[in-house]
Amino acid sequence: MSYRGYEAVIGIEIHVQLSTQSKIFSADSTSFEAGDNENTSPISVGMPGSLPVVNKKAVEYSIKTGLALGCDIRRKSVFARKNYFYPDLPKGYQISQYDQPLCENGSVTFKVDGVEKTVSITRAHMEEDAGKSNHHGDYTLINYNRAGIPLLEVVSGPDIRSPAEAAEYARTIRQIVRYLDVCDGNLEEGSLRCDCNVSVRKKGDPNFGTKVEIKNINSFRFVEKAIEFEIERQIDAVERGDKIIQETRLWDPDKNRTFSMRTKEDAQDYRYFPDPDLLPLTVSDAMIEQYRRELPELPIARAKRFQEEHALPEYDATVLTTEKDLADFYEETAKEANNFKASSNWVMTEILRELKEANKSIKDSPIRPKQLGQMIAMIDKGAISGKIAKTVFQEMWQTGKEPAVIVKEKGLVQISDPSAIEKIVEEVLAANGKNVEEYRSGKKAVFGFFVGAVMKASKGQANPELVNKILQEKLK
Amino acid sequence: MDLTFASITDIAEAVQSKKVSAKEVTEHFAKRIDSLDEKLNSFTTRNDQALKDAEALDARIAKGEHVGPLAGVPFGIKEMFCTKGLKTTAGSKILENFIPPYDATVVARLKAAGIVVMGKLNQDEFAMGSSNETSFHGPTKNPWKLDCVPGGSSGGSAAAQAARLVAGTLGTDTGGSIRQPASFCGIVGVKPTYGRVSRYGIIAYASSLDQAGPMVSSVKDAALTMEVISGFDSFDSTTTQRSVPAWSKNLKADMKGMKIGLMKEYMTGGLHADVQKTVENAVDSLKKMGAEIVEVSVPMSEFAVPVYYLIAASEASSNLARYDGVKYGHRAEFKNLSAVELETFYGKTRGEGFGKEVKRRIMLGTYCLSSGYYDAYYNKAGQVRRLIMNEYLEAFKKCDVILSPVTTAPAFKIGERISDPLTMYLNDIFTTSTNLAGLPGMSVPFGLSQENLPIGIQLTASHFEEQKMLDVAFALEGASPVKGKNPHVI
Repeated sequence: MSYRGYEAVIGIEIHVQLSTQSKIFSADSTSFEAGDNENTSPISVGMPGSLPVVNKKAVEYSIKTGLALGCDIRRKSVFARKNYFYPDLPKGYQISQYDQPLCENGSVTFKVDGVEKTVSITRAHMEEDAGKSNHHGDYTLINYNRAGIPLLEVVSGPDIRSPAEAAEYARTIRQIVRYLDVCDGNLEEGSLRCDCNVSVRKKGDPNFGTKVEIKNINSFRFVEKAIEFEIERQIDAVERGDKIIQETRLWDPDKNRTFSMRTKEDAQDYRYFPDPDLLPLTVSDAMIEQYRRELPELPIARAKRFQEEHALPEYDATVLTTEKDLADFYEETAKEANNFKASSNWVMTEILRELKEANKSIKDSPIRPKQLGQMIAMIDKGAISGKIAKTVFQEMWQTGKEPAVIVKEKGLVQISDPSAIEKIVEEVLAANGKNVEEYRSGKKAVFGFFVGAVMKASKGQANPELVNKILQEKLK
Repeated sequence: MDLTFASITDIAEAVQSKKVSAKEVTEHFAKRIDSLDEKLNSFTTRNDQALKDAEALDARIAKGEHVGPLAGVPFGIKEMFCTKGLKTTAGSKILENFIPPYDATVVARLKAAGIVVMGKLNQDEFAMGSSNETSFHGPTKNPWKLDCVPGGSSGGSAAAQAARLVAGTLGTDTGGSIRQPASFCGIVGVKPTYGRVSRYGIIAYASSLDQAGPMVSSVKDAALTMEVISGFDSFDSTTTQRSVPAWSKNLKADMKGMKIGLMKEYMTGGLHADVQKTVENAVDSLKKMGAEIVEVSVPMSEFAVPVYYLIAASEASSNLARYDGVKYGHRAEFKNLSAVELETFYGKTRGEGFGKEVKRRIMLGTYCLSSGYYDAYYNKAGQVRRLIMNEYLEAFKKCDVILSPVTTAPAFKIGERISDPLTMYLNDIFTTSTNLAGLPGMSVPFGLSQENLPIGIQLTASHFEEQKMLDVAFALEGASPVKGKNPHVI
């Protein structure tokens, strides 16, 4: 990607909210629906004397994410205190990891416009979230439900070069954490938050330009737009001969622009030091091996397998593996149907279309993969035609009934008895003598008319292949 | 039975066997507090429910229930410990009206063992001080001499115990805050091994150094109380999984085969003559009882005081950040002055809420942790701290218990050192290294100065070797020339 001879250098920090039942350092619930300050205890509001105890599940989720991102897992990582004052930060410090994070040196690979791209993961560290300030004119109310929510901050290297790469990188991280089932990836609820560091430099320049951080972007589209805007803004500034100021900016989606939040001059000195209330977090080889064994097949590997073992086209494999639940759905369908490509087609076209129209996720599909697979098998066995299958599919979608039941109830069984078809064919030919003559005199195009008429007479249930064959014979 | 001078064990046994009711015990000590504490200012908050709690206990005993090893024993709790429904201010204006919704783990364990909480005891603000003069509630007086300090920061606990206003108290020790006031007031004070006792619910001063312990009238009472409060707590990651020994049952005064280490660094001048004499007497006694005396050396202990102040102040600057006026405690008045900037809100609230000494340490700690200074101060202090610990571990290869003075001199006069923080800090010269190394330490009374002020002996053992330390203290207690001597005020 080239911008007037300039190049963008982008790094992204993604805060992944781990979907544990309880908070990172207390037993408080993490439920999103809870009323204001309902999910609190002396620990999460930082009452005098309260102490943190690390949540094992949060550690497990963090390690699994680290492994999925190809990171080295530190056998001994350290929780540090990041000290700053803000009303929604209960203790006056955030417990985070600083110079000894849990996960380091990983990478993630994805495709942008058909081209493979690898971005390094510098580190992924555990930390607690702060509360939420709700500003009302001259007063502010604080909800501490979020205080202590476990986060894993995934920090990329400065390897991203375009807004499209940035958005795809973020989508890939989301896809992975959703595959691992460690984060629901819900951007609106803040389960995934992106901070983007953007700088520009003349192409070929080995030195980095001054970077600007764009904080808390809550959609991938905005990630792309905000970075696009920022690159243009910075190039304009550089070309004008202005200096880029190191600052933190926010994205204004209404005005389609970023704006300054604070400059480096008011940057905090966080005074990091190891939290004396928590011993170093030790991780055994056995734990890592266990978590590694528990890792699901990740999207890229799965797509590759679908191409190699199921002989699916790359497009199908990519679409089907966007989400674990979708890939699982397809695989179960294919297993039942014993037909990969047909299963892929039905899932990708019919299922995804219906879901989109109903605004539902794959988990909510009223048709279960087993049912869809059975239906596809029925087509392959010639029990129903492809056309009937459409009707069966609709009925399944509406009622959730088994395909065999629907076919039986509605009398949709395909007529594959040659004598029955012969009878219909004879009737049709008898009723359309004029057309028979036309055909026999050489107007072969009329053949289609006979097929249609036979299908109509059989209410679409006649096996089309047999209809063809018998028609051919009778018209000789 | 003379309740005033009865031991914790005696009271608990008497209550459990219905020789005396918990109610009678509570009334007896409540009367003592009523009549004597005006002079001492050791109590900050009385527990209005004490009598009811005692009655409830009596009712349970009447039903034949077993109510724990400390049944009916009246306790005073230092203000650093959160007590459910009872004001807990840490001696600070910033927590002036703070009533915790929960009990510290140690308080919960003592309650489960049957104690009756008589009230909360005065202390230096956030345990920062060695004289009890930095308390928002005013200074506590030494019951042996009312114009002297009781020591600090657990001065309220030491004074209340020495004056027998309660049968047992709890203190906290970050750099000597149990041992020094115990020495100044002539009682037994124990700081257990770091990690032995849960810190959950204890208001944090310096998390890596703080440890709670008993301040009581005898070694056996100390051992018994320790048994109740020690042990793993799932709410404190720094507590040990080790089981808690039956210290009180295993106490033995036989010193044969015991090696007592005398630290070279402690004996090099600067000691008050009476303190010097007390240490010599203690060494002689132990020798007579069959102990072997060996010289040990911890040269790095020379740096213990500065290292202690760097680490304690750094951790405190972070621990005390939560007192910002947002969620609880003191908030500055903003009716006539709007807090346009958040900094104004914090500045005014914290400016009003914290006392001078606390501010001094917060600033020192903030400076130490600042980028550019971290390596030179906090980090370097941590390295020296490890060296000190290693030297101790070497020393404990040669001896079982190290004997030393607790302080350079007996209790000083109120006001004498308050304007001279450095002299005040040096007061902790013999006690701080124990905390830096995480070792158990204690003070046991063994002398009286010519001015009739108590002098304690400090004993330090290796990690989790409390039994050895308590045994030596038990032996010294039996041979103590000041046994049975009490402050004239009572």
